[in-house]
Amino acid sequence: MNFKLVIWRQHGPDDQGEFETHEVTGIDPESSFLEMLDQLNASLGREKKQTIAFDSDCREGICGSCSLVIDGTPQGPHQVTSCQTYMRDFIDGATIKVEPYRANAMPVIRDLVTDRSALDRVIQAGGYISTTTGPQPDPNSMPIAPAVQEEAMDAAICIGCGACVAACPNGSAMLFTGAKVTHLNLLPQGQPERADRAFNMVSQMDEEGFGGCTNFGECSRVCPQEISLDVIGMLNREYRKGVAAQKPKHRAKMTAQ
Amino acid sequence: MITVAEMWRSTIGKKTIVAVTGVVLVAYLVLHMAGNLNSLFGPGGAEPRIDWYAHWLRTFGEPLVPYEGIIWAVRAVLLGAIAVHIVGVVQLNARNRAARPSAFPAKRIGRSWESRLMMVSGTLLLAFIVFHILQFTTLTIDATPLKAGALYSNLYYAFQEWYFVAIYLVALAFLGTHLRHALWSLCQTLGLDSPERNFGIRMGANALTLVIVIGFALVPVLFFTGVLGEPSANELSATITTFGGSF
Repeated sequence: MNFKLVIWRQHGPDDQGEFETHEVTGIDPESSFLEMLDQLNASLGREKKQTIAFDSDCREGICGSCSLVIDGTPQGPHQVTSCQTYMRDFIDGATIKVEPYRANAMPVIRDLVTDRSALDRVIQAGGYISTTTGPQPDPNSMPIAPAVQEEAMDAAICIGCGACVAACPNGSAMLFTGAKVTHLNLLPQGQPERADRAFNMVSQMDEEGFGGCTNFGECSRVCPQEISLDVIGMLNREYRKGVAAQKPKHRAKMTAQ
Repeated sequence: MITVAEMWRSTIGKKTIVAVTGVVLVAYLVLHMAGNLNSLFGPGGAEPRIDWYAHWLRTFGEPLVPYEGIIWAVRAVLLGAIAVHIVGVVQLNARNRAARPSAFPAKRIGRSWESRLMMVSGTLLLAFIVFHILQFTTLTIDATPLKAGALYSNLYYAFQEWYFVAIYLVALAFLGTHLRHALWSLCQTLGLDSPERNFGIRMGANALTLVIVIGFALVPVLFFTGVLGEPSANELSATITTFGGSF
């Protein structure tokens, strides 16, 4: 298969950046989008030209490293990660536009690579649990209702790729943050920090310059893990409880009358 | 109060406040729409029912509260709610614009056109509210004969003109698009929506939108089509002139 690629090239964070057109020929329909870019890079290397920088790691759709915007859709047109997008799904001879994520909280480092450390800092603000170290706990010592466990796991499958932020016209990270808060706040292990988790993560999210949710629902439509919008509802609820919990509790004896 | 100030500082908190003020405005819309339906009782004898209703709104609660006391309290709440609603939305919108490089707008991936039009429909509704108050409350826009307290005849003569009917129907169309997204969106923002309730809440939002829009639209349409007849001559003479106008 042959394709014409319109690819974003940007030398560094401060560079203006521009689109560059490349022709790729003889692509195996069974190759993934990243393998197709590998072939392009190999030919650029042979021509002693600078290769195109893009993120990838596991290439199995579970690490969340790949972060391409293909024809305007973050991660690609089939709601799977870029590495799980195959060239057989494109029309032979098509022109394909490849861009990095566009969000001011996730600036471009080079070409198609963006700095997603803002999401890490949101995790640092509350996406953790306190646990005891020492001997291994007894199995089944922490009962969880199956329905709660399923709901928590539906949120826990978020791979933190940031496609939700890239899809959002407001550059909002609420689907991501909502998934983390839902995952940890539902499980017993997450209860000690529950009151502060949503509050701290939302404060960090705002500080990083992510926008707010306008309930367009486009984040969920591109999410490769199909995280549902109800995690945003959960985030809104947990945040409200968190704000109330910030008020210092009055500890004193009460008097009857 | 500390809690509210803290909420106003964050995106989610501000959205929550915008949603709550939206609930206040929707609650008022329902009351206003229901009150308007009094005009469907027609010109009546000496006093049309809509005139009686407007008079009742002003004297309601007397002597516990002064004349027009309740009406002014409601007006104060509405003014506060709409001011907070608008300031909150403008600030959130500025924040959202700043979060994404303006040269690369997001591709539209299934967002509804109602949700996309929220800022436009909201701005037009604000302009309409100003026009509406100038016409039927302060009686400033008197292209048709307007008389304080004679609501039925004010409505009748205004809605004989096609352009007034058109303005009101277009405003209602924008109200419909605004509400269809807003009613679901506020449930989501307040965290009331869930997968099991989603269908019910969305259909409920559609239903309430239709009820409000149709309820409001009945008045200009029925006057224009002549279903509601000419005001009786008694109305203008019998009117107590101390009235403000319609509410």
